[in-house]
Amino acid sequence: MNKREVVFTVNGETRRVLVEPRRTLADTLREECGLTGTHLGCEHGVCGACTVLVDGQPTRSCLMFGVQAEGASIRTVEGLAAPDGTLNPLQRAFWENHGLQCGYCTPGFLMLATWLLERPTPLDEEELRHVLSSNLCRCTGYQNILAAVRAAARELDRWTESAPA
Amino acid sequence: MDGIGARLKRFEDPALLRGEGRFAADLDRPGQLHMRVVRSSIAHGLLRGVDASAALALPGVAAVWTERDVADIPRIGFRMMGLTHLEPYRQPILAQDRVRYVGEPVAVVFAEDPYLAEDAEELVLAEIEPLPVLLSATEAPRDFSATHGTEAAVLRKSYGDLDAAFAAAAHVVELELSVGRHSGVPLETRGALAYLDEEGVLRMLGAAKVPHANRLALARMLGLDPAQIHLHEGHVGGGFGIRGELYPEDALACLATLRLGRPVKWIEDRREHLMAANHSRQQTHRIRAAVDAVGFVLGADVEFFHDQGGYVRTHAVTVPDLAAAMLPGPYVFPAYRAVGHVRLTNKTPGGTYRAPGRYESSFVRERLMDAVAERLGRDPVEIRRINLIPREAMPFDRGIDTLGTPLVYDSGDYEKLLDKTLRHVGWEALQARLAERRARGERVGAGLALFVEKSGLGPFDDVRIELDRAGRATIATGAASVGQGVATALAQVGAEALGIPAANIRVIHGQTDAVSRGMGAFATRVTVMTGTAIAMAGEKLRQKLIAQVALLLQRPADRLELVGGVIRATDGSGASVAIGDAVAACLAETGGDALCEEASFESHHMTYPYGVHMAVARVDVETGGVVLERLMAGYDMGRAVNPMLVEGQIAGGLAQGLGGALLEEFRYDAEGQPLSITLADYLMPTANETPEIDVLLTEDAPSGIGLLGVKGAGEGGTTAVGAAIAAAVDAALGGRVFVSKLPISPAQLRRWMGDSA
Repeated sequence: MNKREVVFTVNGETRRVLVEPRRTLADTLREECGLTGTHLGCEHGVCGACTVLVDGQPTRSCLMFGVQAEGASIRTVEGLAAPDGTLNPLQRAFWENHGLQCGYCTPGFLMLATWLLERPTPLDEEELRHVLSSNLCRCTGYQNILAAVRAAARELDRWTESAPA
Repeated sequence: MDGIGARLKRFEDPALLRGEGRFAADLDRPGQLHMRVVRSSIAHGLLRGVDASAALALPGVAAVWTERDVADIPRIGFRMMGLTHLEPYRQPILAQDRVRYVGEPVAVVFAEDPYLAEDAEELVLAEIEPLPVLLSATEAPRDFSATHGTEAAVLRKSYGDLDAAFAAAAHVVELELSVGRHSGVPLETRGALAYLDEEGVLRMLGAAKVPHANRLALARMLGLDPAQIHLHEGHVGGGFGIRGELYPEDALACLATLRLGRPVKWIEDRREHLMAANHSRQQTHRIRAAVDAVGFVLGADVEFFHDQGGYVRTHAVTVPDLAAAMLPGPYVFPAYRAVGHVRLTNKTPGGTYRAPGRYESSFVRERLMDAVAERLGRDPVEIRRINLIPREAMPFDRGIDTLGTPLVYDSGDYEKLLDKTLRHVGWEALQARLAERRARGERVGAGLALFVEKSGLGPFDDVRIELDRAGRATIATGAASVGQGVATALAQVGAEALGIPAANIRVIHGQTDAVSRGMGAFATRVTVMTGTAIAMAGEKLRQKLIAQVALLLQRPADRLELVGGVIRATDGSGASVAIGDAVAACLAETGGDALCEEASFESHHMTYPYGVHMAVARVDVETGGVVLERLMAGYDMGRAVNPMLVEGQIAGGLAQGLGGALLEEFRYDAEGQPLSITLADYLMPTANETPEIDVLLTEDAPSGIGLLGVKGAGEGGTTAVGAAIAAAVDAALGGRVFVSKLPISPAQLRRWMGDSA
């Protein structure tokens, strides 16, 4: 099948790749860019393991073709830590709160939560559960993922207590 | 101090958080081919032939194999030996003559690119003549083959005088209860990368759970000397019992590497996973119990039907065996008989899933307790209390075996844990609040369920510890990690044994070339078995170092101790020697880079943790939907190596148990076509369906098995969740016992509500 050239940025770096039009963005990132931190859990848009940020929006990279990313600015889990590997506050909160076990769903949750924490409106419990329910985790029972994002939101001054029910 | 008992952050995490994990799909070898399996679209039929010509004509397709190409490869065997009566039910790596479930491999494609391999797969045409399908284990058995029926085995376990129990009974309670077909469904699908190294040794990456056993099994199947094959575990995206078993695809990838002379990579897709990896749980039970006038169960007689699917896989009859043996749980049950029918059907083959056999039988036992309470008009907690095995009866010998070991509960104080749990949740106040809400018209209620778990299955574990001149240790184990934090927990055990920081200990697991034999990670065994072997080897090293320092310092060895990385006098006087210097002193005589000790721990008894699960459920009468407001576990495991990791295991287990209770089911249509082949159809709990979870860990009954007092915690989150949720739903609807089937689907619940109205 004919390949097409696509140019986009990933974690601030310009990438120029040749891909078949049918190649998913997830496979493009993993195979063409060598960024295997983005994981595939279902390839049909349910589990959210492959979530990356495309032009600031959380996106299931299994449901988007690489060629659709022309000109886009993409962020993946590899872009979260400092260049020397120092974890950012969200990653650190996952570590400190035991927010991961096998770690397979973790990059997707990290990118989804990154989006949540970068929004202008502060985060509350209801919104936190609602948004994080778009991704699946099979190990943790979610308690520590929620705790980790809560902790990061507090540290980053993005948390607001919900009105009592 | 970060030894046993510390809530130590995991060493595994930073790499995973940076996206630097190395899962199977992340690995490549130069020149690799990509494998794609062609699967049967028919649930039962005669395989008349496979036409691969169109696929072979595609540029970039290296090979397509069908049944004839692998007819010489033995079928996949069982890990337990001596099960010749089950051999006719073993699965071939590609269907031979007949297909027995949708998803069964019938051919396999090898191509230069994974997308191309999928294109080619679609061009392979299998000609299958359909046969009638058998989809229920409660239907009469049929012919499996010309010589064997679909009832592969009948398991029997019994003790006590059942006739006398029923003769003395004031009440007889009968129930039919079933648990639906569901499974582990890890977020990472299966995968393998096989290649030949420079020495011609076949290596398979992507192994998990039981690399050593699978290495030997693959060597036998492929006709290799075991020295010619090694298996390697990288990061594993969840295990839960199903990942890491030996499946046809593992053998196909290895065989192709040998025959085609190129690395072969196989990554399963989710649709394949849901119809090809082990299913579990599907069992229907008919139980009759003899009960005395106060609610003490005098005897229980259970017959059950285990829906094994199309073949008997690597576990053979482990699941129904555990179901039969562990059904009585924490209760006395003076007389008991279980008859388990293991029956083949035209569905995906079954295997173990977290708390195998116990999730099913705990549902049965705890429903029985609720039914006894209902019959006698007594409180369900009190009925449980009078049936509990008392602490004084420990160790408690059931008089039956499971998994080849005698079923002897080594320690436990079940009533104490029940009381602690009730106090922890504020049971009476909770019940009062719920009664108030029900009075206001809400359908809300609480239920609880008790259970006994098992852990520490032997028969052995070996470790080798190497301690270097910098005081850093490497522990090579035959254990495996499926994402549960093995490297951290075992380093903590090593830290305790060696008196050095856990961060200075590297744990090797899942590599068959690092330790010659190993049992892997299943049956909640690693902390008990591998942990004890580490403590033993650590003790040998400790003694060696102290003896050396005794010479150096001219002090008696029994006045020296190894703590905090130094060897010093127990009274703190005089000089101390850093552990690395003591190692150097030992090595001055012998040479070498590291001081090395090995140990092997053998055990032929399991150790039995236990717990209580509690759920609060709210029912929407209009929709039949169930909302869980709370899930809680009280769990006694003797001693927790890392309570944070244990709580994580329990919370994750509770969520999986809730999935099986309310959401997850592999459904089939009347032709045996699977209906749950996407994650939009096979529903797993999200953060919305999973309520607040809290975990009460207690250490009241240390294990007498192993050196650490530890019992396992891998499965105890899951065991009785289904039973607890069923009781909570009953309570929400007014207290009658009518949940008789899991999962409790909205449609089913509306039918039950209609029946009881």
